[in-house]
Amino acid sequence: MTTATAAGQGRPRQQGARRPWLRAPSIIPGFGLTFGVSMTWLCLIVLIPLSTVFVKTAGMGWGRFVEVALSERALAAYRLSFGASLCAAFINACFGLLIAWILVRYDFPGKRVVNALVDLPFALPTAVAGIAFTALYTANGWIGQFLDPLGVKVAFTPLGVVITMVFIGLPFVVRSVEPVLADVGLDVEEAAASLGATRGQTFRRVILPAILPALLTGFAMAFARAVGEYGSVIFIAGNMPYETEIAPLLIVTQLEQYDYEGATAIATVMLVAAFALLLFINLLQAWSRKRTVD
Amino acid sequence: MQGGATTESRLARAIIMTVGLGFLALFLVMPLVVVFGEALKEGLAAYRDAIVEPDALAAIRLTLLVAAIAVPLNIVFGIAAAWAITKFDFPGKSLLITFIDLPFSVSPVVSGLIYVLLFGAQGWLGPWLEQHDIQIIFAVPGMVLATVFVTFPFVARELIPLMSEQGRDDEEAALSLGASGWQAFWHATLPNVRWGLLYGVLLCNARAMGEFGAVSVVSGHIRGETNTMPLHVEILYNEYNFVAAFAVASLLALLALVTLVLKSFLEWRYDYHGKGSGH
Repeated sequence: MTTATAAGQGRPRQQGARRPWLRAPSIIPGFGLTFGVSMTWLCLIVLIPLSTVFVKTAGMGWGRFVEVALSERALAAYRLSFGASLCAAFINACFGLLIAWILVRYDFPGKRVVNALVDLPFALPTAVAGIAFTALYTANGWIGQFLDPLGVKVAFTPLGVVITMVFIGLPFVVRSVEPVLADVGLDVEEAAASLGATRGQTFRRVILPAILPALLTGFAMAFARAVGEYGSVIFIAGNMPYETEIAPLLIVTQLEQYDYEGATAIATVMLVAAFALLLFINLLQAWSRKRTVD
Repeated sequence: MQGGATTESRLARAIIMTVGLGFLALFLVMPLVVVFGEALKEGLAAYRDAIVEPDALAAIRLTLLVAAIAVPLNIVFGIAAAWAITKFDFPGKSLLITFIDLPFSVSPVVSGLIYVLLFGAQGWLGPWLEQHDIQIIFAVPGMVLATVFVTFPFVARELIPLMSEQGRDDEEAALSLGASGWQAFWHATLPNVRWGLLYGVLLCNARAMGEFGAVSVVSGHIRGETNTMPLHVEILYNEYNFVAAFAVASLLALLALVTLVLKSFLEWRYDYHGKGSGH
C-alpha cells in the first residue's frame, strides 16, 4: 500500500492529465477490462435475474401480493421453514461449539479425518443427503426401526425436517467458532483459574464472551442456509400442505401448476428474509472482527 | 497436563469427546454409510447395472457438461473480479463484494425461479426467444445458467482475501521492470494465489455437479435429456427404484469424498506454503 502511494507521487504528473474519476490512480493496468467483465457478468447472472422477482411482485399490486404471499398455506410453510431452521440452528450452535472445542483443544488419533469430515455437508449433494436421511429414519430404516417402537416418528414429520437441517448447517457453526476459539489465549484462562475461577466459571465468564460473536454468526449462517434449503429436506419431509411443506417446496409446487404469481410472491418473502439475514450476518461479522482485533 | 487450570478433568474430557464424536457419527458418518450400504444391497451386479444404464450415463454426461461450462466461466469471472477489487481502489467496493456473495444467501429454488421469470414462456424474454426458436428453460442452457448462479461466489470469494493480503508490490515491481499486465498476472500474481484458486475451483466444481434445487426448477425433468445426476437420483427414488437411486447417489458421494480429501490436502499445502513464504 505504501509503495503504491510512493510510486504514484514519485511520477511527474502532467499538466492537465486526466484523473480517473472512478478510482484512485495506480500503475497496475487492467482496471477497465476486469471491472467491466465483473460488472457485466454480475449484472447478467445475478442482478438482472434477481430483479425479475421484485418487478413481477411490484406488478402484482399490494393487495394481491398480501393475499398470495400470506395465504394460510404459505403461512404454514413459513412457520415450518423458519421454525425448523431455528431449532436446527440452535442444535447446531450447541454441538458445533462442542465439536469446534474438540478440534481446537484436544489431540486424538484421526483428528485430521474428523476435521475433513466436518465439511461433508458442504460437499455432499443435497439430494444424496436427502435420500440418505430418509433411508435412515423411515419406520423400517437403519435408525428408524429402533425409534418406531418408542413411538418416535422422524421421517415425514417436522422432526425429520429439523434433522436434515442440522446436517446441512453444522459446518457453518464449527468453521465460524474454530478460529476464534483458537485465538482465546490460554494465559487468560490461567489468569481466571489462578483468581479462583472454576473451569465452568472460566468458560462462562471468559471463553464464552470471547467467542459469542462468532457463535452467533455461525448460528445465523446455519439458520439462513436451512431456511432456503430444498434438496435435502423434500425427501424426508412428507410434503403435506399445511403440515410438512417447506416454503421452497411451495414455490416449486406453484411453479409446476403454472401459478407464477404465487411462486414469485413467496420467493419475494424468502428473498427479503434472506437479505435481512445477510445484513445481520455482515453486522455480526464486523462485530466479531472488532472483538478479535481488540 | 493433568488436572491443570486450563484443561477439563479427564471425565469431562471423555464426555465431551464421546458426545461430540457420537454426534458426528450419527449425522455425518451414518448418511454416508447408508448410501453405500443401500447401493450395494443387491450386490455388485445390480450396482453396475444401475450405473451403466443409458439414462444414468446420459445424466453423468450432462452433469460433466454443465460443470465443464459453469466452472471455467466462474474462474474467469472470479479472477477478473478479484483483480479489479484487490488491485485498485474505487468507491462502492464493499457493495460489490456483497453483491458477489449474494447467490449464497438465495434459496436454490429461487435461484432457478429467477431464470424461469426471465427466459420462461411467460417471462420477460419468453416471446422473443420463442420467435427465434431458442429454448433456454427446460433445456441445457437454463441448467448451465442456474448452475453458474449458485456457484457464482466460490472462486471470487477465495481469491479476494488472498490477493488483498498479497498486496500490490509484486505486480508493481514486475510492471516497473517492463512486464505487461498479463505477464505481471501470470508471473507475479498467479504463483502466489494458485492454491487458493484451486481450492475455490474445487468447491465450485463440487457444488456445480451436485446442485439440485436450482437445476431442478429449470430442467423440466426430461429423462435422458435434461437430467443431471442429482435429478436422476430423485426420479429413481420416486419410482421406488432404491438400489439404482443409491447407486447413482454413491457416485456423487464419492465425488464429495474426493473433494474433501483434495480440500484437506490443499489446506495442508496452503498453510505450509503460507508459512514457507514468510507471511
